[in-house]
Amino acid sequence: MQRTISFTLNGKPASVTTDDERMLLWVLRSDLGLTGTKFGCGEALCGACTVVVDQQAVRSCSVPIKDIAGKRVVTIEGLANGDRLHPIQEAFLKHHAFQCGYCTPGMLLNAYALLLKTPKPTRTQILEHMEDNLCRCGAHVRIVEAIEEAAGAAKAGAL
Amino acid sequence: MKRRDFFAVTGSGLLVFFGGDLEAFQEPARFPGRQAGPTDFNAFLRIGADGRVTCFVGKVELGQGSMTALAQMLAEELDVPFDSVDMVMGDTDRCPYDMGTFGSMSIRMVGPVLRAAGAEARAVLIQMAAERLKAPAERLQVKAGVITDPAAEGSRVTYGQLVEGKRIERHIEKVPVKPVAAFTVIGKSPRRKDALEKITGKAKYAGDMALPGMLHARILRPPAHGATLKSVDTSAAEKLPGVRVVREGDLIAALHERRDMAEQALGLVKAQFDHPQTGLDDKTIFDHLLSTAPKPQVVGQGGNVEGGEKLSKTIVDETYLNSYVAHAPIETHTALASIEGGKATVWASTQAPFSVKPAVAQALGFPPDNVRIVTPFVGGGFGGKVGPQQAVEAARLAKAVGKPVQLVWGRAEEFFFDTFRPAAVVKIRSGLTAAGRIAFLDTSIYAAGGGDAKPFYDIPNHRTVSAGGWMGGNPPGMHPFEVGAWRGPSANTNTFARESHIDSLAAKAGVDPLQFRLNHLTDPRMRRVLETAAKQFAWKAGKTPSGRGVGVGVACNIYSNVYVATMAELTVGKTTGKVQVRRVVTALDAGVIVNPDGLRQQMEGCVTMGLGYTLTEEVRFQDGEVLDRNFDSYRIPRFSWLPRIETIIVDNPGLTSQGCGEPTITTMGAVIANAIYDAVGARMLQLPMTPGRILDAIKKG
Repeated sequence: MQRTISFTLNGKPASVTTDDERMLLWVLRSDLGLTGTKFGCGEALCGACTVVVDQQAVRSCSVPIKDIAGKRVVTIEGLANGDRLHPIQEAFLKHHAFQCGYCTPGMLLNAYALLLKTPKPTRTQILEHMEDNLCRCGAHVRIVEAIEEAAGAAKAGAL
Repeated sequence: MKRRDFFAVTGSGLLVFFGGDLEAFQEPARFPGRQAGPTDFNAFLRIGADGRVTCFVGKVELGQGSMTALAQMLAEELDVPFDSVDMVMGDTDRCPYDMGTFGSMSIRMVGPVLRAAGAEARAVLIQMAAERLKAPAERLQVKAGVITDPAAEGSRVTYGQLVEGKRIERHIEKVPVKPVAAFTVIGKSPRRKDALEKITGKAKYAGDMALPGMLHARILRPPAHGATLKSVDTSAAEKLPGVRVVREGDLIAALHERRDMAEQALGLVKAQFDHPQTGLDDKTIFDHLLSTAPKPQVVGQGGNVEGGEKLSKTIVDETYLNSYVAHAPIETHTALASIEGGKATVWASTQAPFSVKPAVAQALGFPPDNVRIVTPFVGGGFGGKVGPQQAVEAARLAKAVGKPVQLVWGRAEEFFFDTFRPAAVVKIRSGLTAAGRIAFLDTSIYAAGGGDAKPFYDIPNHRTVSAGGWMGGNPPGMHPFEVGAWRGPSANTNTFARESHIDSLAAKAGVDPLQFRLNHLTDPRMRRVLETAAKQFAWKAGKTPSGRGVGVGVACNIYSNVYVATMAELTVGKTTGKVQVRRVVTALDAGVIVNPDGLRQQMEGCVTMGLGYTLTEEVRFQDGEVLDRNFDSYRIPRFSWLPRIETIIVDNPGLTSQGCGEPTITTMGAVIANAIYDAVGARMLQLPMTPGRILDAIKKG
């Protein structure tokens, strides 16, 4: 059904008028021009499209836009505060926790959601939470290190 | 691009060109059939009046970090800050010809050219400064793009000031490059050039490009390779608002300004295909390969294997198998094509923009000079993004609709059209003398290819033959779909077979597998990487199998003149067959290291990615239908698989920088197989080593 959906996108009000069954990923990428969120598999299997909705990591390729009405969405474009990177971004930068970078926005947003819920995760909690975000280059070991580092920053109250 | 045009675009500055006879741009023998380049003069670097240096290379950034390492090599010789170098990569109008980004060649082959270009530019600038500062050139000093005369206080000029308002053109001469001891940029690990863009979502991939009026396309695909279209009804799709259905030769596509709407429209296209029944599947493929492979070619031999067999007390005969493996980059094949005024521009996720260019030109009926391929960041390649298919499809559709067309393959298309690592069979027959030495080794490779396959051990009688490979030239029908290079082509299969077999021999001889290797090695580089890995790993000599449920393994290889040794510790669930790798130590000698952290990223990536083809990855298919279509059934490595990874760089300053994107991954199959053998006493002869296969092997004992 064609209708207008309003929500909060990266801290600012947003609204789109579209078929409300369309998936959030394509509304973000095509209608709103936010291409940082990536398409990888289209079936919520790889996590490249992960964004945070009301503090939960979701697979935007499989969430219809109608489910987003009134909610707060954070994408990779909204993670930094202006020029000030989020601690999780700083940690990814420091550890070079990426290679091709294509899965990176999804990794960052999923890690961000973990730290919102669990500011001081154990290594096991990190592995479990990140399990279904796929990286083909094999940057996993650095991604884990980066999340541990950011969690250290979280301990110091930087989040 | 012609030189004249180049100046028109770039304005003033200093440009350094190459003449075309450099080794880097001659086709290496291992990639036969590719067109040689370059066809015109092209620049490697430009220094602008603002002092910024633009470096042009035909290589692309796939994640391997060459954008950073190549900039380091140029900055080193030019004596400019690393941060002042801007990289332009994989743009066929702006960069020198390049055959493609594969084979770990960027650092090894382009790096020396960039160093020469940097040294040439530096020499020219010093000459210019000598005139400007009225001082002898040999007295001048350069630091961070500023030339000073130490004999005259305040006498200084920057590179930018020297080139301002001038058009200087130079060709690379034989200018000496710096000795290793003088390096200040090479050997460091600065922040990757792509880092900030990639962690902020600003990095642009082909699918992130947009043009006014652009339509997204989804293409009707057959259900199986070899299937033919019987009938199609597009009427329902055409009724959707904003949808255009295009039939252009063999392409039937639904287009819409939103990709998801194009996909919805494609879903309404009713098509019937004839689906041939070949009887071929992922189980019958191995017999099929043996019966269809071309005549074997000798790729290496020494002594006499028949004579060696007579000297043998124990004969070991093994057949190793591996299934088809997908590249599965997270970014699917993507291209945006725009045609304007008889000129086509295609932004493509490709490893080989310069071979995409003539393919697009041919498909459009354009002269090649009217086609430009631009390569933004590529979301992983691993050998799978070498072909031009998606770029050609986008260009044909753009021509058909008269608008820019963006084509992002879906995941099922990515699996369907992948140029898989070939399924392969390796037969090895060998013998041990009474004294426990290898008397002969006779290897027959089917379908994997014979590159770097001959043994590097001291074996008096050996023969290696290879029938068919990943590079093409196979008889029609040998493979049910396309095959191609997959990170470490040939070598993953051949190293799995050889290094597993060496372990079988060590076990027969009752000798520790590391010691057994060392007993057969005089090559000092190989001994050194093995000994280095063993020290870090704290390898304890012992006979295999230990049968403790916890196993350790070793494997080594030489890949493109890079030496690598890897050791692993793992557990095997005796009732589940599940492998958990606890620890991997990997040592590598690759000559002068340009960027140690970048190298470690590649080594870690190889270890992690390598666990996939080793433990889970195989493409299931039936009668040309690819049954794995997404990551639910095709399992690639995940976080829970992570071992502790320790990477060791073995110092070798006497050797020029080699390529490091691939060597480590080639050892992963065997190091895990050998550790499984140590743990449970089962010799794994087939990749991937799934729990089911491990339990079967344990039962067979």
